[in-house]
Amino acid sequence: MTNAQYSDDYIARILKQTRTIAVVGASPERNRPSYSVMQFLQKRGFRIIPVNPRAVGGLILGEKVYDSLAGIPFPIDMVDIFRTSDAAGQVTDEAIAIGAKCVWMQLGVRNEAAAERAGAAGLDVVMDRCSKIEHGRLSGHIGWMGVDTGIINNSRRRRV
Amino acid sequence: MTEYGFDTLSIHAGAAPDPTTGARITPIYQTASYVFDDVNHAAALFNLQEFGNIYSRITNPTNAVLEGRIAALEGGTAALGVGSGHAAQFVVFHTLMQPGDEFVAANKLYGGSMNQFAHAFAKMDWHVRWAEANDPDSFRKALTPKCKAIFIESLANPGGIVTDIEAIAKIANDAGIPLIVDNTMATPYLCRPLAHGAHIVVHSATKFLGGHGNSIAGLIVDGGSFDWGSGKYPTMSEPSPSYHGMRMYETFGNIGFAIACRVLGLRDLGPALAPMNAFLVLTGIETLPLRMQRHCDNALKVAQHLKAHPKVTWVSYAGLPDDPYFRLAKKYLPKGAGGVFTFGVKGGYDAGVKIVSEVKLFSHLANIGDTRSLIIHPSSTTHRQLEEAQAITAGAGPDVVRLSIGLEDVNDIIADLNQALAAV
Repeated sequence: MTNAQYSDDYIARILKQTRTIAVVGASPERNRPSYSVMQFLQKRGFRIIPVNPRAVGGLILGEKVYDSLAGIPFPIDMVDIFRTSDAAGQVTDEAIAIGAKCVWMQLGVRNEAAAERAGAAGLDVVMDRCSKIEHGRLSGHIGWMGVDTGIINNSRRRRV
Repeated sequence: MTEYGFDTLSIHAGAAPDPTTGARITPIYQTASYVFDDVNHAAALFNLQEFGNIYSRITNPTNAVLEGRIAALEGGTAALGVGSGHAAQFVVFHTLMQPGDEFVAANKLYGGSMNQFAHAFAKMDWHVRWAEANDPDSFRKALTPKCKAIFIESLANPGGIVTDIEAIAKIANDAGIPLIVDNTMATPYLCRPLAHGAHIVVHSATKFLGGHGNSIAGLIVDGGSFDWGSGKYPTMSEPSPSYHGMRMYETFGNIGFAIACRVLGLRDLGPALAPMNAFLVLTGIETLPLRMQRHCDNALKVAQHLKAHPKVTWVSYAGLPDDPYFRLAKKYLPKGAGGVFTFGVKGGYDAGVKIVSEVKLFSHLANIGDTRSLIIHPSSTTHRQLEEAQAITAGAGPDVVRLSIGLEDVNDIIADLNQALAAV
């Protein structure tokens, strides 16, 4: 999986610095991509915070669901966006407002203007990537699925 | 990130020291199954929510190294190893096609592929429409609204025909369908079809990739460049009932085709690659650049010799300057025109049979891409199931002899052909 736009070092640094991830557009349905990404990241030691106004009042993977980023009463490292490219604009502005360190737009989500605003505010930005696939690629685990990780490794150590 | 060269990738891509034992060479994971950590882990694996191994029909760590390596060498995003080149084609079309669908294929292909497309696929209600391999416009004319793909060989077997990949990729793009290229004869050392606009590459890894005639294996490479969201490919874009409604393209993006081939095609059809064979192909690929160059160099010398031989009527090798495909070979195969070619012998069918009976170094068998030099008379073997007219179209007429030039001393190869021709 070629990584023309973002270097492996850049993605690896973001994932290493991140502990808390707000997932905007988090679905309570087990079979939606957002759910399996949250499940995967939670298992890898990240704290995931689901954000979805339509799921407020419930728990997803044991975590309370918030109706907006602004409503989360503690700091967030990364905002992971499972919304349309248009909607990602407002979510990005909210992420800047709460002091997140990274805005991550999932596969198929791209908003260049929002990325510029986030970059200008000092946030790391990743677009059109899956956080789970990137973690799997850099940890070597996705190699089990025949993916070209782009990594040559001469030791047993892993990148993330 | 360092951009490694092709020779480096041939040795290292996809591989790493074994995390448990530190073994430097990829171990042969000769196991059918893998233990689950607990029931939740098992459920996550079965739902594709967790990366990992369940059962070697679907994933195997040895096969995964081979898959990562061919994906890197071809410049794709991901790959899948299967039991044979034929299985690779079957799984690709199973992922693309619905009953009643059609596809366009070049009329100059490996004879086994022509049989598979015309007969076995018809039983699935998938229908091939043939186009003229050396006339890109004939592909456009053969297209119908039901066509879901175009299939070509980069370097066609057995005739030495070089296909104009870029021209045909444009036709596929205009039609909104993927171009599938069988890159078996060229290998990514000579030609990388994805860089010329193809979307999917398939291989019989039995041939030059493995290179030693010891294993049957097939590979599928996802180019990662095709937009599967048009609705024409329900396996890719619609909810999969056997994965609780998961949509493959939405979930896996530019590795979605390889994943769909694996978790739907390979899982349900079953033509899995044995890890032992994956190991042997991996070992072969480590020397692919060296072997492929020598195959080409030897083949050119043999072709030049035969061209001047009084009992030879013609030689079809795109590496010869007066060959009709020389110009295309310079563009698509600049390092050499491959190790396989055909020639015509004076005396037709009987003379062809005589040559394969008289050779002493060449092995008379149905394969290509071995360290050993190989010879076959297609019209009495690989292409005998075809009608004579179709066989001639495919470059397998009665006087045609096919050679796969090996890595022996080229003077010994030439001497063997000389003594066999002397007996005709």
